[in-house]
Amino acid sequence: MSLLQAENVIKQYRNHLALDNLSMIVPSQSIYGLLGPNGAGKTTLLRIINQITAPDSGTVLLDGHKITRNDLANIGYLPEERGLYKKMKVGEQALYLARLKGLSKSEAMVKLKDWFTRLEIIAWWDKKVEELSKGMQQKVQFVTTVLHEPRLLIFDEPFSGFDPINASILKDEILKLREKGATVIFSTHNMGSVEEMCDNITLIDRSKSILEGSVSKIREEWAANEYDVVFRGEANILGNSHYEVLKSESNNGRTTVRLKTPGDIDINNIIRDMTDKGRVLSFNPTLPSMNEIFIRVVEANKNN
Amino acid sequence: MGNISTIITREYTSRVKKKSFILMTVLTPLIFVALFLVPVLIMGNQDKEFKKIAVIEDGSDLFKGVLKDRDDVDFEYIDNADINQLKGTFEEAGYYGILYISPVVTNVPQAVQLISKKQPPMDLLQYIERMLEQDIENKKLLAYNIENLDEILKSVQTNVAVQTIRIDDAGETKETSTGISMVLAYIGAFLMYMVVIMFGVQVMRGVFEEKNNRIVEVIISSVKPVELMMGKIIGIALVGLTQFSIWIILSFGILTVIQSKVLPDNPKAMSEQISQSVMNQARAGMDNEAFMQSADLSAQEQEFAKIFNNLMNVNWPFILTSFFFYFIFGYLLYASVFAAIGSAVDTDTDTQQFMFPIMLPIILALFVAIGTMENPESSLSFWFSMIPFTSPIVMMARLPFEVPVWEVVVSIAVLIATFVAFVYLAARIYRIGILMYGKKVTYKEMWKWIRYKG
Repeated sequence: MSLLQAENVIKQYRNHLALDNLSMIVPSQSIYGLLGPNGAGKTTLLRIINQITAPDSGTVLLDGHKITRNDLANIGYLPEERGLYKKMKVGEQALYLARLKGLSKSEAMVKLKDWFTRLEIIAWWDKKVEELSKGMQQKVQFVTTVLHEPRLLIFDEPFSGFDPINASILKDEILKLREKGATVIFSTHNMGSVEEMCDNITLIDRSKSILEGSVSKIREEWAANEYDVVFRGEANILGNSHYEVLKSESNNGRTTVRLKTPGDIDINNIIRDMTDKGRVLSFNPTLPSMNEIFIRVVEANKNN
Repeated sequence: MGNISTIITREYTSRVKKKSFILMTVLTPLIFVALFLVPVLIMGNQDKEFKKIAVIEDGSDLFKGVLKDRDDVDFEYIDNADINQLKGTFEEAGYYGILYISPVVTNVPQAVQLISKKQPPMDLLQYIERMLEQDIENKKLLAYNIENLDEILKSVQTNVAVQTIRIDDAGETKETSTGISMVLAYIGAFLMYMVVIMFGVQVMRGVFEEKNNRIVEVIISSVKPVELMMGKIIGIALVGLTQFSIWIILSFGILTVIQSKVLPDNPKAMSEQISQSVMNQARAGMDNEAFMQSADLSAQEQEFAKIFNNLMNVNWPFILTSFFFYFIFGYLLYASVFAAIGSAVDTDTDTQQFMFPIMLPIILALFVAIGTMENPESSLSFWFSMIPFTSPIVMMARLPFEVPVWEVVVSIAVLIATFVAFVYLAARIYRIGILMYGKKVTYKEMWKWIRYKG
């Protein structure tokens, strides 16, 4: 079941094409990553979904119907360019943003107190925003984005400006929201968080979708017949007809080797080889990191 | 609609709660009243104590009996007094001071001295000067030995006061005062000028702040950009109306308190008496002159009655209603332009290049308004009171001189139509502008934004 579907979306700005025939399917209750270099068109797509700009052609469907302004109550959007009124008190401001999303005052109050307590920012309720640290402000913004329990959450670079501790708190909260039934789209440059969190991705480069699918499948597809072997003992491994050695390291009586096989060959041969050298501790096919895939795909696209 | 009222509420309360707003709202009428009151208080505070003044002359008795006693002053002429001796004793003798007149007074103005322990009040000095001047003038004229001098002087004495009376189409006459109309024109035009700039710039700053804070995209993911823009414009309009209401109430309150507590009873009683007389006059259908004669009022009281009468003749409901409409739509027109500018610029300095074209019509309007006070019927004034960008200010200056209703109606209709068109254009610039960062915007670019679809 898909919650959101973009079909052949085209958006032309004065001097450049921001989105070129872009299509994307976001399954319900999943976390969807939107990747791509700066200026690729990610933010434009997110703005189109949020009805901030309109596409020149193409449609965006939510639950199978064309998305309209009425759907905004079901969407929570944390834009990349985000801020708060500096002179306004934190609580008052959160309440204001919640009211704009259609929550009643009392309902918003209860939920806000709950979230603020959970994220340990309740003590700042009566402080002015300008007195808060950047990370603290980001937490407030996160809360106001998710407060009305939207079915679709859209985060543009959610982790920028967070320290690792707060970033991991945020990750946990996003995962929890998915468990509760929300669908999440986020754009990010942080590939580590993509591997950790995303079920599916689309990679946009120069206005076009150039890679899309589930993260695990993509990584397997891009795997290059490489294996990491760790065994006890120190030995100098040399390549042979079955494999070549990319990297070999020995210390403290342990050796780690990265091997590359020429094609689809029987792995057992290699394992047998290794067991001769020492006691094998682990044998893993190495999956390329999303970071590597990102760079390779974008570089390849550049040469097209 | 729910959203826009939430926005209006925030725009309104966040401004009204500011210390600077409260301070300004309370202090402005106080300053205004103080400016108005200080001269009055200074005048009113002059000691009205009874004074006895010894008048002495050096070796002659030219001015014996010349100085007439007044309510609060007695002049006692002392023959052959020794000035030096009197200087030491006048206080014990119950005199407020000594008026010493030297015989050279006919040629040397400084030959008169008032010697006293305290600073004598201004009006006493003026009184003495006037009496002596008159007397010396008379004496000098007499020296020419002209026959029937008294009659000649009486017949020569003239007093001209032009009465302005306007006749309307029905032939009804009405006494008006150009002076009062001018004051009202000035106040109306200047107030309008202030309102447009003060609150228009507030709108611009507000929009600019939202853009710079980067909160704007968060908000427009919940509401339409035009709702945010209009919410801000209306919220600030309400702030302006609140401020004006408080100013008016406070000013009247303070003035009333002062009038009853601080000022002497005299003016108050007089104003009551005169308003009573004016009522009677109106009832009896007397014309102004007959009333003046019958009421047997002093010159000052007559002047006062005239002002009062003329103030009553001003068409207040018409002027105030017009002011309200011009305030609302004039403000809305300019505020929408200011909002568009605030959305398009990135830095404060960028606003300068767009401020000039907006300020141009406002300042032009003010100049025309000032010209209107001199010459209310000029065709320049007429056309500028029809052109929407100048009409609020110029029409305010024309109204006290009586403007046909149809002109006001047409002018407001044009203003409203323009305002609707400009809100539409401003909203189209605004929705793009608020999301544009790091770009120096040109007019050409703004024109393109207006034509963007969606």
